[in-house]
Amino acid sequence: MKRLTLLLTLILGAYLIWSVEDLPEWGDPTSPASTYLSPHYIENIVEETSVPNLVTAILADYRGYDTMFETVVVFCAGLTVLTILRRTERKNKKVSTPRPQREGSDIILQNTARLLIPPMQLFALYVIAHGHHSPGGGFQGGVILGASFILLALSYDLKKTLKRFKESSMLFYSGLGVLIYAGIGVVCLLLGKNFLAYAAWSNFLGITELEAHSHGMLGVEIGVAITVMAIMFSLYADLASGGDLDEGL
Amino acid sequence: MILDNTILWQFDVLLLPMVIICALAALTIKDLVGAAIVTGAYSFLMCLLWTEMLAVDVAFTEAAVGAGVSTILLLATALHIKRKAKD
Amino acid sequence: MDNVLTYIVSGYNYWAALILIMIGMYGMIAKNNLLKKVIGMSIFQSAIILFYISISYKSNASIPIIAHGHGVADHTAIDPNLYVNPLPHVLMLTAIVVGVATLGVALAVLQKIYRVHGTIEEDEILESIKE
Repeated sequence: MKRLTLLLTLILGAYLIWSVEDLPEWGDPTSPASTYLSPHYIENIVEETSVPNLVTAILADYRGYDTMFETVVVFCAGLTVLTILRRTERKNKKVSTPRPQREGSDIILQNTARLLIPPMQLFALYVIAHGHHSPGGGFQGGVILGASFILLALSYDLKKTLKRFKESSMLFYSGLGVLIYAGIGVVCLLLGKNFLAYAAWSNFLGITELEAHSHGMLGVEIGVAITVMAIMFSLYADLASGGDLDEGL
Repeated sequence: MILDNTILWQFDVLLLPMVIICALAALTIKDLVGAAIVTGAYSFLMCLLWTEMLAVDVAFTEAAVGAGVSTILLLATALHIKRKAKD
Repeated sequence: MDNVLTYIVSGYNYWAALILIMIGMYGMIAKNNLLKKVIGMSIFQSAIILFYISISYKSNASIPIIAHGHGVADHTAIDPNLYVNPLPHVLMLTAIVVGVATLGVALAVLQKIYRVHGTIEEDEILESIKE
């Protein structure tokens, strides 16, 4: 079995080496990947959306439909993990090996976490709000927000964290983010433009169409961040407790 | 603002072998907790590589997702199952 | 000889991505432990992302954020050669986030398998299914 796999891998490797020859030269500005569509984005992005960060602008505006369904994929993954692992009744006896007992609480770890978590959450909000002008955006900010809750659960206790951020509110927030994203698109439809064409918001908010693109992207990023935050913490809570939500690692 | 690409290959020569070594180590270590930690190191080196290729947003995401949350999830699973792997 | 050397050196990122794809594929198929298979899958995924990012790179270019892009009225002269190709970055950014979601689902299935069979070694699971 192992030898067969090695042979198969080597055949794949030889095939890939053979195809490296056809790839464009390293760092070539006129390679096929950089000639057709991307120059249009780079040249016109400030005129069309007034957002200088190209990645955020393409992610949330030009390819907004794509990103909406990426958010739905993350949402579905969170629900799947919940369906597979979660068990509310403790009738089935635990098969997992007994884990080493928690030796009291570590005061240094807990106080460091207390000092670290508020700046982390503030930084996450900055990353979401400033994603138009600097690296960042909804996905990154949402993951950092979720990681702050994971840090709380790691340093204190999963139970204590779940009192602050209940399982029902996790599910509520993960749905709310998708709803915000889709809602912004549907409002564009109702105002007489295409789905997720943010320019439709200009009359409604009393701003120019260019600013409406920027504001619409911000709203969409907030939706993405809420979903990603809730799902990241939900994944951790389910996987770390084996579906019981009683104790963390 | 504009970076000259002649300064970049020294980083590459350092980082690419380390990435490959980490990938091999993550698959060969028999202790699953160790394998999870090495996977985190692999993700972080990958993030440095992408920063150096000027893909700042992708590197930021990888630093938060790959080196942060993925490692924690792998660690959580490795602590729930038998730690020793056969191969 | 010199020609071959420049050929190898000119695209070393492609070579690294290629080696990592081979390592990931070997891990996914040959490893007996299911968690090792999942780790192999994530190595395969990062290798493909590395390949895409390598394609997006342009020499003598800058990060894909337009300099002084906000609040200036006329932007007639933006040279595309000064910024790296942003399109692969967008595709790969979403791929990473979806990657962690699929990793979570894979690990949940793995824990469920352990709960039912008491092991995550492939051969032992096959034996316990046969019985």
